[in-house]
Amino acid sequence: MNENSAPDVSRTVLTGDDIDRVLTRVAFEIIEANKGTDDLVLLGIPSRGFPLAQRLAQRIAASAPGNLDPAALVGQLDITMYRDDLRHSTTRTPSPTRLPAGGIDGKVVVLVDDVLYSGRTIRAALDALADWGRPRIVRLAVLVDRGHRELPIRADHVGKNLPTAKSEKVRVHLAEIDGTNEVIIEGAA
Amino acid sequence: MKHLLSTADLTREEAISILDIAEEMRESGTRAIKKLPALRGRTVVNLFFEDSTRTRISFEAAAKRLSADVINFSAKGSSVSKGESLKDTAQTLLAIGADAVVIRHPDSGAPARLAATDWIGLPIVNAGDGTHEHPTQALLDAFTLRRQVALRNGTNPAGQGLDGLKVAIVGDILHSRVARSNLWLLNTLGAEVTMVAPPTLLPVGAHSWPCTISYDLDAVIASGVDALMMLRVQGERMNAAYFPNPREYSRYWGLDDARLGQLDSSGAETLIMHPGPMNRGLEISSAAADSPRSTVLDQVTNGVAVRMASLYMLLSGDLI
Repeated sequence: MNENSAPDVSRTVLTGDDIDRVLTRVAFEIIEANKGTDDLVLLGIPSRGFPLAQRLAQRIAASAPGNLDPAALVGQLDITMYRDDLRHSTTRTPSPTRLPAGGIDGKVVVLVDDVLYSGRTIRAALDALADWGRPRIVRLAVLVDRGHRELPIRADHVGKNLPTAKSEKVRVHLAEIDGTNEVIIEGAA
Repeated sequence: MKHLLSTADLTREEAISILDIAEEMRESGTRAIKKLPALRGRTVVNLFFEDSTRTRISFEAAAKRLSADVINFSAKGSSVSKGESLKDTAQTLLAIGADAVVIRHPDSGAPARLAATDWIGLPIVNAGDGTHEHPTQALLDAFTLRRQVALRNGTNPAGQGLDGLKVAIVGDILHSRVARSNLWLLNTLGAEVTMVAPPTLLPVGAHSWPCTISYDLDAVIASGVDALMMLRVQGERMNAAYFPNPREYSRYWGLDDARLGQLDSSGAETLIMHPGPMNRGLEISSAAADSPRSTVLDQVTNGVAVRMASLYMLLSGDLI
């Protein structure tokens, strides 16, 4: 292990403005990949994936022709019961799953999460999704990809690729939950 | 949480978190695919030394909805009738590969004995022991009450207690493990409890309980309560005469048509709860049991959600 234990440092890698720009780009990527907004559903993974999905939906709705209601695009997908570490970690309280009124059958579902790391959350999300319906296509959008995958999973839309050491922690703060907007790396590099 | 033996052991935070998890579990029961994979590969044993329909089926449904395997054991027709001890029966279950034991036993304290000894070292859920406790029934009653009040007020039940609600528990308190479990839990969650019973069906020492005691059902109803929990008159546990005859019991302590009419004409929003099985015409009239106030079937539905939450909490990592 690291013997020269330097004091923990934390540095901001994305400011609030950076997050705004990144989300705008990802929103356009999603529209481009989908060739429009038809059949599009954004499902956020609790807790911070949901506000990110809402922000993306607002940008997508704003850029689409006609009056598209952003709320009709967004949902929340809880994955707690599908995790593979329930036996080992602390008991997690599940969050509600809320799907848009149109459901997800035959839709293009974009899963939205804050940080892509081991890929295990996304594996659980794919299992959870299958119990709710059968989307035509499932894509993945994340704010930060920090690497260190443990499963063969990749993101279709990445806000920022962030090379990290496993010992570091990536913290995403969003105004809706934490009061501030920033992405921080903590721990000695 | 290692075991679920008594609602008296639950802190307010623990109780509310079980109810919150149950809220999500109930939601999963409304979708097309009801099964969740949370307890895949685990085995839950229902160890029932005493008759039961809804509790056993409810625990079985709860375990299966979480993808656990279920082994049902009932004392009738088992080696218990050949004289096998609780310890040997329990250790046999461990050898078969159980991960959790749900036990109902006619003797108060049997689940606590299993939990306290090193016989099996598995999580134990008390599904009713003698006249002691029936914690999952109390949790589902509290869940039903919290949910109904939230529906009425248009609020979100998550994270809430039962603060300020008035609950009357009516009937055979002496033999009722449901009454005891409810008393501790309602008290922990901030509700005011009144026990209503004939003096012969109140245990010695009931006056030291954190509740009001009344012998007059009409006065309690007139004072305005949020819920009336009617208890079953437990004929099988009565080996002495506690009241002169069933008609008299029904007249004084039963929720009959006259009292239901009183509730309806007063405009009170009082809910009628019953843990089941009901003795229609004795402690509750058919009209009361089938009225829109009655939550009897809702309680059964919620029972599965609450038991899913309990099994999930015991078989996943430790809370806090």
